[in-house]
Amino acid sequence: MADVIKKATRESYGEALRDLAEEYKDLVVLDADLAAATKTGIFKKAYPDRFFDCGIAEANMMGVAAGLAACGKIPFASTFAMFAAGRAYEIVRNSIGYPHLNVKIGATHAGISVGEDGATHQCNEDIALMRTIPGMTIINPCDDVEAKAAVKAALDFNGPVYMRFGRLAVPVINDSETYKFELGKGVVMKDGSDITIVATGLMVNEAVEAAKLLEADGISARVVNIHTIKPLDKELICKCAAETGVIVTAEEHSVIGGLGSAVADAVTECCPVPVVKIGVNDEFGHSGPAVDLLKEFGLSAENIAAQTKAALKLKK
Amino acid sequence: MDAKIRKDLQKIACKVRMGVIEGTYNAKSGHPGGSLSISDTLTYLYFNKMNVDANDPESPDRDRFVLSKGHTAPALYAVLALKGYFPQEEIKSLRHIGALLQGHPCIHIPGVDMSSGSLGQGISAACGMALAGKLDGKNYNVYTVLGDGEIEEGQVWEAAMFAAHYKLGNLKAVVDNNGLQIDGAITEVCSPEPITDKFAAFGWHVITMDAHDFDDIDRAFTEASSVNDKPVVIVQKSVKGKGVSFMENQVGWHGTAPNKEQYEQAMAELEAQLKELED
Repeated sequence: MADVIKKATRESYGEALRDLAEEYKDLVVLDADLAAATKTGIFKKAYPDRFFDCGIAEANMMGVAAGLAACGKIPFASTFAMFAAGRAYEIVRNSIGYPHLNVKIGATHAGISVGEDGATHQCNEDIALMRTIPGMTIINPCDDVEAKAAVKAALDFNGPVYMRFGRLAVPVINDSETYKFELGKGVVMKDGSDITIVATGLMVNEAVEAAKLLEADGISARVVNIHTIKPLDKELICKCAAETGVIVTAEEHSVIGGLGSAVADAVTECCPVPVVKIGVNDEFGHSGPAVDLLKEFGLSAENIAAQTKAALKLKK
Repeated sequence: MDAKIRKDLQKIACKVRMGVIEGTYNAKSGHPGGSLSISDTLTYLYFNKMNVDANDPESPDRDRFVLSKGHTAPALYAVLALKGYFPQEEIKSLRHIGALLQGHPCIHIPGVDMSSGSLGQGISAACGMALAGKLDGKNYNVYTVLGDGEIEEGQVWEAAMFAAHYKLGNLKAVVDNNGLQIDGAITEVCSPEPITDKFAAFGWHVITMDAHDFDDIDRAFTEASSVNDKPVVIVQKSVKGKGVSFMENQVGWHGTAPNKEQYEQAMAELEAQLKELED
């Protein structure tokens, strides 16, 4: 087996912006003094005249993005998820969401895998916050290939998009030659008949690995990658609920308001089956190496496999 | 300023004030005080300054306007109706269910360039519009009006820093210094003074103006137009409730609608002012 290539999706974000700038003349990039970390510095180096550092002032950055979009630009407002969705929430809601402006929010350093910086910077609430804004599209790509495709899809879509990227290098699991990104459509990564594991972001790879562990135990688990959390692919989720009778969700986000909640909302309406949510429970994170934190908080293939086995017992 | 132009503007401003009273009375809510204090400024901008056309409201070359103090939408709506962006009748259904005219400006209303009303946000959007104009090599200006209470919001100063850093000479802000906010006098609530010194320290070109004297308004905006290398702020000394005797300088009229008796008195006063101008 070939060596697994690992890459952080924030890196993919910066590269995609640079690679798409020539084709999309209205694309401009904003950052809030984090260009080296969000990787928009890659774009800045290639297109310094289309890059605007707003300084450590995220509220204003979101408003500036709104004004640029109102005049036909396609701004990518970039900062950590904590500040994009958290600090600037109300500006995103009122200045971007309410007028439904064509602003793209590139939120990096999402989730617990921020690592050593600790709880203040580990944003496990951004999906929940962004989901509540009418008309907001939310994309949480699982790897480099999907992240780059997501940036292009966001450019081709007219309306506000929140994109969630990670700090940690994660395995590249999609094939760039054959991969096709369809906004709002889930991807069946592996078919299965006993149970469905719905995952997003870096948990997609963990879910695929969990399915392998389960297969060794004779359990056939379907794995669905939900890269677009809003609008959710309800059709696919409901089909999985009907066909496998129980769902486990896996996300690097709070179990309150994220993918698990979105899936549970959908299933409750169309095909009520048990939904077991794996994510960060109702608690803050803390400092430590990202890989260790992911294990500690149960965001691993091993824990998904264990929870999936337990969830099977809930199946009617 | 030419005497006829001045008189025409005074008459329009009087009609704008009548629109403010008509709108808030029929809505049984809204913010007449701060709407009346900016009525002359908005009249000047839309009828004597800005390059805008109600028949081509989306023109990419038009000047932009963002009402950062969005709660004073009744004044903006009254001006837009008089400019022909939508029928005058719409004013009477301000804030009603199913109405075009929302409680605060909404980008989907003809003539409204940006949704606003959550204070401190409009100036940031105006910065973005000004930056877009520079990037596209267009000559339009972006005007925005803020309240003197509004500038207590930290985001205003983030925007002030940004505008100066990027030398947004096409951004012309107005701070409506009527001295009153909901909880009382701005100097007693949590003083944003000295306003002019603060903007100067942030690198803006600062102008002061009498908000109810069209000659002075003309002077201030003419000076504003001559500055192209830095953002401009006009701090206008205004009277909250201007034009309606019992509303002037009364903090209680910040967010209270007139009842029938008060409506009739206010309209009678404004009609008398209009008649005097027409004689």
